[in-house]
Amino acid sequence: MIRKKGIAANTGTIVIYALVILLGLACLLPMLNILAISFSSSDAAAANIVGFLPVKFTTAAYAKIMEDRQFWRSFGISVFRVVAALVINLVLIVLMAYPLSKSKREFKGRGIYMGLLIFAMLFNGGMIPTYLVVKNLNLLNTVWALVLPGAVPIFSVIMVMNFFMGVPKSLEEAAVIDGATPIQVLTRVYLPCSKPVIATIALFSIVGSWNDFFGGLIYMTKVQNYPLQTYIQTLSVKLEDMLNSGGSLNSLINAMEVSSQNLNAAKIVVSVVPLLLIYPLLQRYLITGIVVGSVKE
Amino acid sequence: MSKEKSQHRGGMGTQAMFHLMMLPGMAFVAVFCFVPMVGIVMAFQDYVPAKGILKSKFVGLEHFKYMMELPDIVQIFTNTLVIAVGKIILGTLMAIVFAILLNEIRVKFLKKTIQTIVYLPHFLSWVVLAAVVVNMVNLDGPVNQFIAALGLEKINFLGSNTWFRPMIIATDVWKEFGYNSIVYLAAITAIDPGLHEAAAMDGATWWKRVWHITLPGMLPIILLMAAMSLSSILSAGFDQIYNLYSPMVYKTGDVLDTYVYRMGLISRQYSFSTAVGLLRSVVGLILMVMANELSKRFTERKIF
Repeated sequence: MIRKKGIAANTGTIVIYALVILLGLACLLPMLNILAISFSSSDAAAANIVGFLPVKFTTAAYAKIMEDRQFWRSFGISVFRVVAALVINLVLIVLMAYPLSKSKREFKGRGIYMGLLIFAMLFNGGMIPTYLVVKNLNLLNTVWALVLPGAVPIFSVIMVMNFFMGVPKSLEEAAVIDGATPIQVLTRVYLPCSKPVIATIALFSIVGSWNDFFGGLIYMTKVQNYPLQTYIQTLSVKLEDMLNSGGSLNSLINAMEVSSQNLNAAKIVVSVVPLLLIYPLLQRYLITGIVVGSVKE
Repeated sequence: MSKEKSQHRGGMGTQAMFHLMMLPGMAFVAVFCFVPMVGIVMAFQDYVPAKGILKSKFVGLEHFKYMMELPDIVQIFTNTLVIAVGKIILGTLMAIVFAILLNEIRVKFLKKTIQTIVYLPHFLSWVVLAAVVVNMVNLDGPVNQFIAALGLEKINFLGSNTWFRPMIIATDVWKEFGYNSIVYLAAITAIDPGLHEAAAMDGATWWKRVWHITLPGMLPIILLMAAMSLSSILSAGFDQIYNLYSPMVYKTGDVLDTYVYRMGLISRQYSFSTAVGLLRSVVGLILMVMANELSKRFTERKIF
C-alpha cells in the first residue's frame, strides 16, 4: 500500500489528515463552548472565561430550567406542532403523490395539477399577503398558524411521486385484479415498499417544524404562544430593543452576560436534544438519501 | 390490448377517486399559496387594512417608483447579492475541497466521527447557531481571546460593517460545508478506481490525479449544484441574518428578506413591502426556470 513517493506522500497524507481534523474541530469546538457555558457557574459564564470545558462545574442552570414554566410551555407547543405537522404532511403528501405518479392517460388532469403545484412551489405571494390570509382565517395566536400554511410541502410530494413511479407496475396490477380500490393499492402495495422515502420526508418535516422560529415570530403576538425556537430567539431580542433605544453593542453584550448567560446556554442545549435523539435516523435517511433525492430525467 | 385494460381500470370510479385524493392537499395549496398570490394586488394599491383589498385605492406602479428612488434599495440589493454570491462560491469550493480531502482518509473510525460532527450544524436552526456564533466571536469570546493572545487588537465581528458580511458568509459555509460535501463525496466514490491506479503507475502526483481525474469526474454534479444555487441568489438567508444582525450593521447586512420583514410587519407598510417582495419573487421565479433549463442542458437532470 505504501507508494514509492515515500516521504513526499507521507507529508502529504499528514497534511490531509491535519486539515480534515482541523475542519472537524471547527465544527465541534463552538458546540463544546456553548455546552461548557451551560455547565459553568453563572459568574464564570458572565465573566466570559469559559472556553471548551466547564468552569466551576454545576448543573444549576439545568435545575433552573426545570422550574421555568414558559420554557416548557414553548417546548410543548413545539412538540405539538411537530406531531401535528408530521401527521398532516404525511397524509396529504401520500394522498397526492399516488395519483400524480400515474401517467396522464391513467389520471386525466394530472398535467393541470402538476402545473399548479410547480407554480406554487416556485412563486409565492410573499410575506404580507400570506400573513393576512392567516390573520383573516383567525389563526393568529393558535398553533395551527404554525402548521397549516406548510401543510403541503410540494417538494416532498414530488419526491414521493418519483419514488412511486419506480414501484413495479405488476404489484399494483395483481392487487387491482383482486379488486383492490386505489386507497387499498396505496396503503397495501405502495406504502410498504416506500419506507425509505417516507422516512426521508418525515424527517424533513420534523426538522423543519422543530427548527422554525419565523412562524412563531410573525403569527404569535403573545410570548406565551411562542414555540421553543421563537422563545429562545427572544432571549437575545431583548438586546436588540436596547440597541434601538440607543445602547452600544458593548453595553448590550455586558447586559446579556449579566443576565444569566449559562441559563440561556442551557436552554439552547436542551432545545437541541430532540434533534440529537433522532440524529442517527437523520444520518441514515437524510444523508444517505440525499444522493438519490435529485430528480433524474 | 394493454391500452384497453388501462382504460378499463381508469374508469369513472378510479378517476373520481384520484381527484378526491388530490382534493385535501389542493385545498391547502389554494388557501395558503394561491389566495396570497391574489393578495399581491396590494402591491399596486395603497392598502389600508380597514378597507381591505377590494376598497383600497389603486396606485399602479407608485410603490415600485418609490422603491427605485429610495437610496436604501441599491444598498440592500448589493448586500443581498454580495452575501448570496459569496456563500454560493465559497460554500461550493469548501464542500468540494472537503470531499476530496475526506476521501483520502483511510482510518474508518476517524472518517465516520468527522462526518458525524460536520453534518450536525446543518440540522440545527440559526436561532441556536447564532447563539453559538455570538458566544464564539463576541469581544471576550474564545476567538477574540486567541486574537488577543497573538498580540492583535480584538475585533467586534458582528458589530462592524467591515466584518459583518464576511462573518455571514463564513458562518454559513461553516454550517453547510459538511452536508454539502455529501453529494460531492458520492460523486468521487463513483469514479472508477482503475483510473487512479493507472495514473499513479504512470507517475502522476496526487495533485495531478485530483485535477485530471477526480475533478472532471465530479463536474456533472458540480454543474447541477451550481445551477440549483442560482435560484437562491436573492435569498441571502433570512434566518441567519435576522439572528445575527443589529441596527449597527444594517448598512452592510440588511438584505431583501430582512428589509421586507421590517417594512411590512414592523413598520406596517403593507403595500410597499409587498411590492419589494413581489420584485424578489418574480426575479426568483425567472432564476429558478433558468436554473432548471441550464441543468437540463448540461446534466440531463432537472430540478423540477
